[in-house]
Amino acid sequence: MSAPITTVPPLTEPRRARSLRSAEAELPSGLRVLAVRKPGVPLVEMRLRIPFLSPRDTHPAQSAVLADTLLTGAGALDRAGVAAAVQALGGDLHASADPDRLILSGNVLAPNLARLLELAATLLTEPAYAKDEVATERDRLVERLTIARARSGVVAAEALSRRMWGDHPYAREIAQPDAVAAVTAAQVRSLHRALVRPSAAVLVLVGDVAPARMLDLAQHALAGWDGVAKAGRVPALPTPPGGPLLIVDRPGSVQTSLRLGGPALPRTDPDYPALQLANLIFGGYFSSRWTENIREDKGYTYGPHSRIDHNVLGSTLILDAEVATEVTAPAMLETRYELGRIAALPVTETEVESVRQYAIGTLALSTATQAGLASTLSALAAFGLGLDWIASHPSRLLASTVDDVSAAAARFFAPAPLTGVVVGDAERITGPLAALGAVES
Amino acid sequence: VPRQPKLPAPSFEIVHHTLDNGLRVVLAPDRSAPVVGVAVLYDVGIRSEPEGRTGFAHLFEHLMFQGSQNLEKLEHFRYVQSSGGTFNGSTHFDYTNYFEALPSNALERGLFLEADRMRSPRITEENLANQLDVVKNEIRVNVLNRPYGGFPWIYLPGVLFDTFANSHNGYGGFEDLESATVDDAKDFFARYYAPANAVLTVAGDIDVDETIGLVDRHFGTVRKRRAPKRPSFAEPVPSAERRDVHRDPHAPIPAVALGYRIADPVGSFDDLLAATLLCEVLTDGDASRLQQRLVQREHLVTDIGAYIGEFGDPFDERDPTVLTVTAHYPDAGSLDRVLRAIDEEIDDIAEHGVPSDELNRVRTRLVSVLFRELDAVISRTLEFAKFELVHGRAELISELPERLAAIDSDALRAVAASLRPERRAVLELVAEGAR
Repeated sequence: MSAPITTVPPLTEPRRARSLRSAEAELPSGLRVLAVRKPGVPLVEMRLRIPFLSPRDTHPAQSAVLADTLLTGAGALDRAGVAAAVQALGGDLHASADPDRLILSGNVLAPNLARLLELAATLLTEPAYAKDEVATERDRLVERLTIARARSGVVAAEALSRRMWGDHPYAREIAQPDAVAAVTAAQVRSLHRALVRPSAAVLVLVGDVAPARMLDLAQHALAGWDGVAKAGRVPALPTPPGGPLLIVDRPGSVQTSLRLGGPALPRTDPDYPALQLANLIFGGYFSSRWTENIREDKGYTYGPHSRIDHNVLGSTLILDAEVATEVTAPAMLETRYELGRIAALPVTETEVESVRQYAIGTLALSTATQAGLASTLSALAAFGLGLDWIASHPSRLLASTVDDVSAAAARFFAPAPLTGVVVGDAERITGPLAALGAVES
Repeated sequence: VPRQPKLPAPSFEIVHHTLDNGLRVVLAPDRSAPVVGVAVLYDVGIRSEPEGRTGFAHLFEHLMFQGSQNLEKLEHFRYVQSSGGTFNGSTHFDYTNYFEALPSNALERGLFLEADRMRSPRITEENLANQLDVVKNEIRVNVLNRPYGGFPWIYLPGVLFDTFANSHNGYGGFEDLESATVDDAKDFFARYYAPANAVLTVAGDIDVDETIGLVDRHFGTVRKRRAPKRPSFAEPVPSAERRDVHRDPHAPIPAVALGYRIADPVGSFDDLLAATLLCEVLTDGDASRLQQRLVQREHLVTDIGAYIGEFGDPFDERDPTVLTVTAHYPDAGSLDRVLRAIDEEIDDIAEHGVPSDELNRVRTRLVSVLFRELDAVISRTLEFAKFELVHGRAELISELPERLAAIDSDALRAVAASLRPERRAVLELVAEGAR
């Protein structure tokens, strides 16, 4: 038997990914269709993204009910009929809404793509929104929202949004139960007529079918979906105000939800790759400073994460951690220390090389599946980006220097301007947190 | 009778290899993208924890990431991630897995990392104390600080089963976790982490011959040790319905979980497939029987789901396993009506079977779901390894569409007929959170 290997093997020459065949078209209705052939399993993934921004106060509740009832009947099919038809295709369809968009997502056995698209067209053009189905889903949604708000992390996300965005629609991502309870079928139908239109929608299809064939099928199936969306103007995002740390009381919590937020850069900004790398170094992957400190060294948490959310009106830096109640203040102290350190001192070459490879490798992994590629392309499409962005992003990451990354960290991770919220047992955490800086409740 | 539409069948190239130290190796080449999956599954899980050490298998899983013979603490994570890869591990009832998804140029590095900890993880007082804190925070975030946390997988086995192995809390009580020692961990490693007690799977962008050479080079030098004899965890099926109550301080509305004993999932594989299809008929989507009745018509529940295996994967466990039905219902007084409706729908299938168009569409959907889970190279790696370890044959995955196509209405009738109230446990969740 030979001797055990005791040194870490070097990486070998990377193999290049095969390029993917794709096709794109804009239908007369304005609907853009992007089709990508991606073999793997005999399926096709579908993402239909419809812009859904609205300034109206009633919009979050109405759009949530619309998403939950879109599939409860259309044309000649009742609710069970829609579901049975989708199931028989080896398919799945569901709808969800956020302040930016309504998305109809699904997947289907590849030979059945045409029929899934026809079904989608029926839902878009002849939705039923039957009174009793709207009532059923409205009541369920109220229960689900009640359950969601029993979670500390949901309360924290909501409190942070309100603090960052004030009365902007982005502060109302999660609908209020009493607003949902007041939604009527007529309102949902009227919202559908106003906004569920192809004029600015993007359909992404990724799977084991030739791209030209997928385009043909989409053009044929969706030819009858028309009209121009009539959305009101939504104001620009305000600058998050920073200020004292807000403490939201959740008596008896054994952990505290800690959230910090600030502005970030969109993917199209030339400094974005440097910010992406800075975020990874701070708390965006397991080998980050924040994780190695408050998890692997101190055991305060199961996992802190920092991330950049890209929304249509702006990108946002979000830091989150669930920390044990008794170490809430020490965890906040270490968090501010790491923020201060990355803002005030340069990052190292080793750190930048590590996150560069991680960013390039995980981009490849996350777009190596049909579902992952479809979701990524759908998200990119909202910003006018596509397959070429995925292909060219590694070279942008390679071009970012240590100085670029340090500069981005100094600009976005400085702790003083960030907006902060904690949700936890106020009686136990307020005193220790107040010792570190200004708090309010 | 409508015919089952033709179902696509996957074809995977699978190569087997066994090392002198007993390590079983499964290779599944697919060169369509420059990524590889590396997974090691050890044949030890929650059921093998010593009494007084609930949660130990999972705590030990954390210790396997804390450095090894040639790697300092933190280096495992850093080597994987700085190679452009991702990693994780998870603890199941019958096995524990460790895995990496990597660009294919990091294949040998991934094999080295797994071999190094198979040889000798760094189990120290400091690492144990740190990971004890991390695991307690994991349990707080996933169980103690959230509504419905751990429901029902932590609590239902205690009602349905009698033996410690099958009934205990697999995440672990804090007292048990706190009493774990470095010696416990060293014993556990010595006993269960022998190469002959493991399956290594490598899938994706690999050359088979070259990979066998690399596997031999890195794992061949791991000392041969005797694999433990796996005990039977079988225990008798209950003869009367069992009931218990779980109080949840955060939940705003009540919930219920029904756990039914079903046949040995490995020995009676076709029964397992029939039970899996039955779950889909009962609760998969808006056309399913219990969704239509309890959600849409009677408005008794907000959600209802049926699944097999404590974590919802029918192929994840050996005997005994469980078919679970869970539901959330807003009106605390409606539990009896919910249970009656479930019994009636199951009885209806036991009596009349399932019409072929209904069975065909449910089957078509299930095959599609199985395919979808195989698209990511790391998922495929883990599935091959799991089928090899639990069911003895990675190749079984490719046969699933065909095996499912052969399950008929009578098979579903038989499973439904076995889901008698006297064979089940009913765990009621009392909602003590604010509404």
